[in-house]
Amino acid sequence: MRSTRQLVALVLVLGVAVLAAIPAVAQTVVGVTATEIKIGHTNPYSGPASAYGTIGKTIAAYFKKVNDEGGINGRKINFITYDDAYTPPKTVEMVRKLVEQDQVAALFQTLGTPTNTAIHKYVNQQKVPHLFVATGATKWDDPKNFPWTMGFQPNYQTEGRVYAAYILKNIPDAKIGILYQNDDYGKDYVKGMEDGLGAAAAKLIVLKQSHEVTDPTIDSQIINLKNSGANVFFNVTIPKFAVQAIRKAHDIGWKPTHFLNNVSSSYAAVLKPAGVEASRGLITALYTKVVTDPQWKNDKGFQDWVAFMKKYYPEGSLEDDSNFFGYSAAILMAHVIKQCGNDLSRENIMRQAENLKGVDLPFLLPGIKVDTSPTDHAPIQQERLAKFNGEYWELFGEIFDAFHK
Amino acid sequence: MSASRLPRIVGLLALLVTACALPFVLSNFRLFQFSQVYIYAIAILGLNMLTGYNGQFSLGHGAFYAIGAYVSAIMMDHWNIAYGWTIPVAGVLCLVIGFLFGLPALRLEGLYLALATFSLALAVPQILKYFEHWTGGSQGIVLSKPNAPLGLPLNPDQWLYFLTLAILVLLFWVGANLLRGRVGRAIVAIRDNHIAAEAMGINTALYKSLVFGVSAAYTGVAGALSACVIAYVAPDSFNVFLSVTLLIGSVIGGLASISGAIFGAFFIQFVPNWAQDISKAAPWAIFGIFLIGFMYLMPFGIAGGIRLLWIRATRSRVQQEGRSAVPTQAHTTT
Repeated sequence: MRSTRQLVALVLVLGVAVLAAIPAVAQTVVGVTATEIKIGHTNPYSGPASAYGTIGKTIAAYFKKVNDEGGINGRKINFITYDDAYTPPKTVEMVRKLVEQDQVAALFQTLGTPTNTAIHKYVNQQKVPHLFVATGATKWDDPKNFPWTMGFQPNYQTEGRVYAAYILKNIPDAKIGILYQNDDYGKDYVKGMEDGLGAAAAKLIVLKQSHEVTDPTIDSQIINLKNSGANVFFNVTIPKFAVQAIRKAHDIGWKPTHFLNNVSSSYAAVLKPAGVEASRGLITALYTKVVTDPQWKNDKGFQDWVAFMKKYYPEGSLEDDSNFFGYSAAILMAHVIKQCGNDLSRENIMRQAENLKGVDLPFLLPGIKVDTSPTDHAPIQQERLAKFNGEYWELFGEIFDAFHK
Repeated sequence: MSASRLPRIVGLLALLVTACALPFVLSNFRLFQFSQVYIYAIAILGLNMLTGYNGQFSLGHGAFYAIGAYVSAIMMDHWNIAYGWTIPVAGVLCLVIGFLFGLPALRLEGLYLALATFSLALAVPQILKYFEHWTGGSQGIVLSKPNAPLGLPLNPDQWLYFLTLAILVLLFWVGANLLRGRVGRAIVAIRDNHIAAEAMGINTALYKSLVFGVSAAYTGVAGALSACVIAYVAPDSFNVFLSVTLLIGSVIGGLASISGAIFGAFFIQFVPNWAQDISKAAPWAIFGIFLIGFMYLMPFGIAGGIRLLWIRATRSRVQQEGRSAVPTQAHTTT
């Protein structure tokens, strides 16, 4: 076909002809004017993970409150949030839109582990602050390789270390049996426990059993763990398997000191179905105030949040911990912007985010503080242990700092 | 070259020239979006061959897209194979898988086939998590964005734009030749009346399976390209909604139309974003309104609508000029 060949030739010629131009890139203070600072955000407002969408709505509501009260250092926060439906390609597109088109000063609370993984390299190449991401993975705390990314909530390894610290101190004759899900989530917990135990790990851990998320049951693993003679049970499972594990251990009369990962600490989803009797005495690690827990009813931070919700986000649920979470994260971001003073360059935003010392957030348990440094990109690393007393998680003991800061 | 083809070729050339000029006019972000459009267009053309031309419904092409993407990602990540080689391999592998899936699919017609393929779309994200050693589980695989080869003075976005454009042009050229020739007529004959087609000596079973394979190959190539452009694959990237989106693109663009695949790709790339700009609270309701509006105004898709407008415009001009020529019908199948 002659015409086609001509066409191909033309394309080639044109392609080569226009190669000469290379777009130049200028670096200035991006996303900031005398009256405004732009903050970018993605969240799954639609799709399978849309239950988290309320976090984005709470943050927007909180920044509206800040703006109504005059903004920060005279600047209003222009919070730009897009729906990524929890699909990584859409996150890449939306974050590129935020960075390249909307020209935000910083990204904040982008939600989800796979979604943030998709933009991790990009935002660090672009040198955009990628602050307080809403995911529990451990990889966000890697300032050496990813200096522009910072986590928020305690990660799984941190929690594993908290249990290890408790065991080393309080259970001298511990023989630890571990059940974990065979993926990144489970392995992160186990790594935290092993790192926390340090040299004693090899001696103290008597058996590790894994299961696949697709397994129908984990009964045989529980029986193996009982037979190993373990007197401490570290239970790293998601709610479905946690119920089975608690139930089975109870049924076969195995009564170890039972550490249940925070992922499965829900009363409605785990403890109740597993049976209140079987669940009594379980230990978990907490770092936040649970909004439905009556003991926080008169807490100042909790009450402020309720007042905020009623005024700025009345359609949001007062029983959803996500709303307390988003509110607290937004307070931390506002804190960073305030601390920046008048220098809102990306470098300084990052510098201030790396220089948070003892910041209190309303949703944190009493005594737990936000702490960061240039080598520590995990803002919340303290947790407290709690024992299930048959009705609710009762806090006990002191605050554990995973890294003994 | 017949006179009736001249405007078409001139138009195509103009389009191509514009497409080649875009990288030097648009921002990198826009180029990235256009690369996505081209990738979707390749996938939709694949789906169009199957659904539009051959009459086999698929609600599972997201699965082939995912397989293509993962084949490419695994080859790059585990064996350090250059991305350029992974794209044809993804295509060939999807061709084989699609052909094999097409064999049992022969027994299923219409809605039943749609459901069978839908199960594929449902299953693939979970299967990907199961082979964690290869696929990285739910964390997926992080890749590096390819740089332009041979020291070409292009940034990665510009280079990927040209790469996707080149593959788009190649695959559309191949597709057009396939669909407009003898094979294409056989494929359409099977859709229109498979008994008559068989009576004319067409091996319907073979053709149907082959179309399934080629269709899957196109979609697989699109998936592999998306892995390069996004530089990341994860099961969450290929949920059920992707398959539905591709089908929407192929129907909105125009079933059994080659240019329709491009219109459909523009639609599924940009309309959800516009919907979000119009209303943050209910973007999918807005998207639904767009969808209904398009289907109401252009029941044969955008390509069909444009063709109708073109015929109407040329006819009225012809009448004004007082000539009694019959307008040339477009010689595609619809």
